[in-house]
Amino acid sequence: MSAEVSSYGHAQDHSHDDHDHKPKGFLDRWLFTTNHKDIGTLYLVFALIMFFVGGSMAMIIRAELFQPGLQLVQPEFFNQMTTMHALVMIFGAVMPAWVGLANWMIPMMVGAPDMALPRMNNWSFWIMPFAFTILLSTLFMSSGGPAGGWTLYPPLSLQGGNSTAFVIFAIHLMGISSIMGAINIIATILNMRAPGMNLLNMPIFVWTWLITAFLLIAVMPVLAGAVTMLLTDKFFGTSFFNAAGGGDPVMFQHIFWFFGHPEVYILILPAFGVVSEIIPTFARKPLFGYNAMVYATASIAFLSFIVWAHHMFTVGMPLGAELFFMYSTMLIAVPTGVKVFNWVSTMWKGAMTFESPMLFAIAFVILFTIGGFSGLMLAIVPADFQYHDTYFVVAHFHYVLVTGAIFALMAATYYWLPKWSGNMYSERWGKIHFWNTMISANVLFFPQHFLGLAGMPRRIPDYNIAFAGFNEISSIGGFWFGLSQLIFAGVVIHCVYFSKTKATSQVWEGAKGLEWTLPSPAPHHTFQTPPTIDYTKLAHGVH
Amino acid sequence: MTIEIRNSLRLIAGLGFASFSAIATVAHAAPQDRVPWQLNMTTGATKVAGEVHDLHMLMFYICCAIGVLVFGAMFWSMYKHRKSLGVKPAQFSHSTTAEIIWTVAPIAILVVMAIPATRVLIDMSDSRGTTMTVKVTGYQWKWRYDYIDEKVGFVSSLAARSNEIRRPKSGRDPVAEKYQHYLLDVDKELVLPTKTKIRFLITADDVLHAWWVPALGWKRDAIPGFINEAWTYIDEPGTYRGQCAELCGKDHGFMPIVVRAVVKEDYSKWIADQRGTPSDLRYVQQGKTPEVALTVPTTGLPTAGLPAAGVPSAAPVGPTL
Repeated sequence: MSAEVSSYGHAQDHSHDDHDHKPKGFLDRWLFTTNHKDIGTLYLVFALIMFFVGGSMAMIIRAELFQPGLQLVQPEFFNQMTTMHALVMIFGAVMPAWVGLANWMIPMMVGAPDMALPRMNNWSFWIMPFAFTILLSTLFMSSGGPAGGWTLYPPLSLQGGNSTAFVIFAIHLMGISSIMGAINIIATILNMRAPGMNLLNMPIFVWTWLITAFLLIAVMPVLAGAVTMLLTDKFFGTSFFNAAGGGDPVMFQHIFWFFGHPEVYILILPAFGVVSEIIPTFARKPLFGYNAMVYATASIAFLSFIVWAHHMFTVGMPLGAELFFMYSTMLIAVPTGVKVFNWVSTMWKGAMTFESPMLFAIAFVILFTIGGFSGLMLAIVPADFQYHDTYFVVAHFHYVLVTGAIFALMAATYYWLPKWSGNMYSERWGKIHFWNTMISANVLFFPQHFLGLAGMPRRIPDYNIAFAGFNEISSIGGFWFGLSQLIFAGVVIHCVYFSKTKATSQVWEGAKGLEWTLPSPAPHHTFQTPPTIDYTKLAHGVH
Repeated sequence: MTIEIRNSLRLIAGLGFASFSAIATVAHAAPQDRVPWQLNMTTGATKVAGEVHDLHMLMFYICCAIGVLVFGAMFWSMYKHRKSLGVKPAQFSHSTTAEIIWTVAPIAILVVMAIPATRVLIDMSDSRGTTMTVKVTGYQWKWRYDYIDEKVGFVSSLAARSNEIRRPKSGRDPVAEKYQHYLLDVDKELVLPTKTKIRFLITADDVLHAWWVPALGWKRDAIPGFINEAWTYIDEPGTYRGQCAELCGKDHGFMPIVVRAVVKEDYSKWIADQRGTPSDLRYVQQGKTPEVALTVPTTGLPTAGLPAAGVPSAAPVGPTL
């Protein structure tokens, strides 16, 4: 504990700078754990494994698309890969990674001893390995994995075999896990803040997660309803989505995207929070426009409920509906713009250094904004009639999800890993990882804008020879990006098990907030006595 | 959008985005064919497609201009406000004026985008005054076209040569063969007259498909049980190619669309030749009058001339014409 944070010191003295009280046996420690830090670690490790599973599917996709003609896989398997890649990355990698970060950081950031509902927390996590075992097992079934796209549009998704039931059950499990996780996060934030940690003093990451958790509770049941109707249509003779029985295949799309659009903000709002923590630290300057950041996040969350049909402009909606969804979608640019301007203003006249977390955060701001630009273009309905279901869309959502959400996750990992492990990671290898990742991601995804504009549809295993050049470049970028992530795994493993450089409790010179008052590694139990809040030591300053 | 605005935006865009502005220079590639290393959408073959292209470019230039300002400020800051230069960090965290400006200014920019977008969208949805109708039906994995007024209809599938090459491990390389229209050619083209406002009625028999010819400027989903409407007015004769744009199963990538636009006289001759030919479905259907086939297109499709379509559709929601 360094002297300048002694105002919090008494809190840790009670936890004995912690000689831990960790459970001894492996099963006691991990299977039966109710500790937010251990559960956070489980989530993060699970997410990293799924990132590599989903990534290897992407490698198969990019290998097949390396040149025209079908060289490696059958079209049906290709469709299974695109479908599974999306399901694994969204539900298995990005969402659990954010929940893992929430588990680790929210109690430490608001001065709580643990999550509000620790046993449910254990259950939320341990559902996930089972859900993904079920989902991935469909690849080995006779009818194969789901091949109708992650959006599961009927009637195509109903043409799958009996493995469809496994997919739907797995999605139900993921939804249960997410809802329980969201309830836990809301209960923790609303009930367990240290005295003086008022809502408008909370770190932005906590704010973005609070709003994200409400989105999760609002929309995961909607997805559950949609897939349940698919299940009964497939196996019990109902006709929710079957026009021949009086149903409506377009209704599925409305229901799905009423879930799906808030879902994409579930993936990105915590990223906004992480970046809002990291940039002030490395600019050594308070976050610009804290209140505006909170209100912008809430506005984006509200708008996410009234823009869903922009995913389906080509289904043939009435003119009035198309105009409404175009205007509401364009409006999202306003609060998102406020966030980007505030990040730039936070950097402005700071005293910046560029360690790995900052590099990833800056790359996030630039590349996520590029994804935002293409998002704005996609909002324009007449232009969307051309862009829709092409590689332009693929480029767009990979800019916001890979160079957006994933970059923010990597920034967060580098930022807090010393706090978790007690060791410093190798800055040299962190930077090597950053530059390889950043450049390869652009080699991978930028040419896909060109492919889409030139007329290449998404979800096709083979293509016209005019698309060969950019597909080849994109695939090379893909393999490069995939290999670069092995560096990431290496840096993390080295840091946790082999690094000789011990982290201080402060870790980063400019870091502010309660988590940095704790020793590194953070003891097994922290803030068993609530800390006293010193408002000048919060990341966004006094306001 | 005036020419001056467009030019000034082009100028701004050109300042910092050398690679981006390269996109603008190839904006006018030939509408007919995709070209290797093509960077941008084309101006297409119709007025609407040209308007869509202009909207796309307007959006692109505005985004470039915003990008230059925002990223410029960021990079300037990263260059000047570094700890290694010995700067002391400022501690400000608010500026009400700045925050109002960067909330209001984007709204104004959005209005500038929304006005032309609304105008083009209203134009695209106005199908009054069409003089002929083509019904398009998507099947796994082929298209059926019915010339409603002419009582002519046929199925259009992937051309044989593409179909051979695309077989897994066929050992043939479309690049080496310099097969320009690989996966974009069909056994029977959709022939349409130029200078005619044509209505399309788009539906599907089994799963979702989407009918997309980029040169016409739009795509529209083909949905079983629904009939979507769209229209086009092609100015110049030419061959315009497209593909199914909604995932529809294993051969989704192999159901292209080819529109051959010809002058009206040639079209009249062509349609007269079609009646009674083996590809004309109405004459090979057994036990059904053409009218029945028209109003209940999802049932009783002939097996002759139409290879079995995927899963049998339980189908018949009478789509109203």
